[in-house]
Amino acid sequence: MNYFFNKNGPLISTYLLISIGFWLIFLIIIPQLYMFDLSFRPNIPTLLRGGPDDVYTLVHYKHFLFGSETSGEKYNYVDIGVFLDTILTAILITLINLCFCYPIAFYIAKVASAKTARLLIVSLIIPFWINELLRSFALRILFAGEGFINNLLIKLGLIDTGINFIAMDVALYTGLNYAYILLMIFPLYNAIETLDKNQLEAAEDLGSSMIRTHLRIVIPHAKAGIASGCTMVFMLTAGALATPVVLSSPNTFWFTQLIYQWFNMNDNWPRGAAYSVILLTVSVIFVLLMMRVFKVKIGEIVR
Amino acid sequence: MSADVELQNVSVSFGNFYAAKDVSVKIEKGEFFSFLGPSGCGKTTLLRAISGFSEPSDGKILIGSQDMAGIGPNKRPTSLIFQNLALFPLMSVADNIAFSLEVRGTGKAQRRKRADELLELVALSGQGDKKVNELSGGQKQRVAIARALAIEPAVLLLDEPLSALDLKLRQKMRTELREIQKRVGITFIYITHDQGEALTMSDRIAVMNEGELEQVGSGHNVYESPRTPFVATFVGENNAFYGTVSSVDGGMVKISSHGNDFLAKAGDLSEGEKHTFRKNDKVIMFVRPESIFLKDQNNQADNTFTAKFKTVEFEGNLKNIYLSIDGKQNVRCSISNAVETSGISTTESIDLKFSSSDAVVLPIGPLAVD
Repeated sequence: MNYFFNKNGPLISTYLLISIGFWLIFLIIIPQLYMFDLSFRPNIPTLLRGGPDDVYTLVHYKHFLFGSETSGEKYNYVDIGVFLDTILTAILITLINLCFCYPIAFYIAKVASAKTARLLIVSLIIPFWINELLRSFALRILFAGEGFINNLLIKLGLIDTGINFIAMDVALYTGLNYAYILLMIFPLYNAIETLDKNQLEAAEDLGSSMIRTHLRIVIPHAKAGIASGCTMVFMLTAGALATPVVLSSPNTFWFTQLIYQWFNMNDNWPRGAAYSVILLTVSVIFVLLMMRVFKVKIGEIVR
Repeated sequence: MSADVELQNVSVSFGNFYAAKDVSVKIEKGEFFSFLGPSGCGKTTLLRAISGFSEPSDGKILIGSQDMAGIGPNKRPTSLIFQNLALFPLMSVADNIAFSLEVRGTGKAQRRKRADELLELVALSGQGDKKVNELSGGQKQRVAIARALAIEPAVLLLDEPLSALDLKLRQKMRTELREIQKRVGITFIYITHDQGEALTMSDRIAVMNEGELEQVGSGHNVYESPRTPFVATFVGENNAFYGTVSSVDGGMVKISSHGNDFLAKAGDLSEGEKHTFRKNDKVIMFVRPESIFLKDQNNQADNTFTAKFKTVEFEGNLKNIYLSIDGKQNVRCSISNAVETSGISTTESIDLKFSSSDAVVLPIGPLAVD
């Protein structure tokens, strides 16, 4: 601590401590602890808080598993279904995202000239200056029944009547894929960029095909970047709200939409908090499990 | 399994810049052939063209009399050892060596067997299961050689592979590389800017400058009979005496330089042909520092001159004496450390001598600047 103050001077040291402390304590730790605590409390009017009825309870977690006591079902099939659906779709979208972004990242990192690479990176970033909600609406317009894509396909004579992309969730999956590509491309790019180009040429010289070179040389080298990108995309996709709200079909429900409903429409904050905790916990466990399977360490991911 | 390599008028250009210009040379089957030149002289460009990573913009490359145009590096009978070796750090030593076999679908047991054979060839038996980064610099070097030999290439291409090693190891690896080449019997094409490496290992050396071949010949040939001032000064050390021709008699030329008259051989123009000189031609005479002696040493010499002593430099087995004639012409003389020089004081004039058979006269041209 003394060293820290001597090195940075009193003014900068104080500033650093306060800003980091504020960020960590007020923006991360306190809200999460509050949510965690709230998720174990009954949903009672504000006036009764702290009273005799305000006791710790598992009722919200029970509700997620078994549903309300008035329903005849043994388990809460609806909520669990939405939850599993969300997690599985998020996994699928992460995989599609990886397949989509890997070639782009490789091209920018190893094939394109410095000038082309800069141009590509800028053109990847610029669309993200637009708000996520607006981007989702733009996709909705593109995919609408009489939208740009349907009109184009009809004009080209490929189809006779418009395809309902929204109902088929094509729009949702496209939107979710697009929403976080930067978080996949940049870790991949960073990882691939550090690969010595001679490695690629050496493999080629030894007779390796392009696919084998990627499987044996590039992907193992970029493993940490792949893990980092997949983690971020998975977490954010599973926790996305704006895109599903705008683009999902009337029959598709994203788990975050459920959480949103508990908080806002049903005015049941503790239950919303419990559902959030469930989503967060399962997502983190899943990511840690995958990292163990693919033998990636946390330290490598954040590098 | 070995093959010859023939470059026919090969040029490689990037836009208006010619990295290699009209290079023609035939490298014999089983030869240890070096391209020697300063950095940026185009030697690596040529090697990449031979290996197939770039195509010549003009001319032909034949390997085993087969035109290599349009054939990729993975289809050529060549194998390249990169300057930084480019070993695969995430694979074991054995997997590195057998990678080319894995690519060809060879079974695991056979791959391992071949890797072990090659490890034995490069004196690394039993190291197959190690990670590449657990090896020392010299060991990595040998793994790279083994990996390149695994595809049984007809021609092995080496791009300054020893440049990262320290001096002692480099000298050891020179001998070792030469031995491996003799054992496997294939053609080695070696790129280097280190004349010591080229001289010790090669059957023949091609000295390159600014994309062009200056001279191709054995180590003795390029060292003793340089054909251009560049070769004379790039390969080994040399004294360049500027002067004018005063008379020509057969293969011998008499020149006048800074008030001295010297007799020297006319340099070679090409194989069996000498440069021709006429009276009053501006020329350079090259005499190697080790061919200049103090007058009282017992060596045969028919040229003598006097120069002012400047300084002496100790180099272990010998010492370098720096002198000047008229304050304009610098002379360096390397003599055995056993010769006593401590009695000489600064600016004292000393008498020196050299034999006309050790002096070569060439037309004025660019020197290798150092």
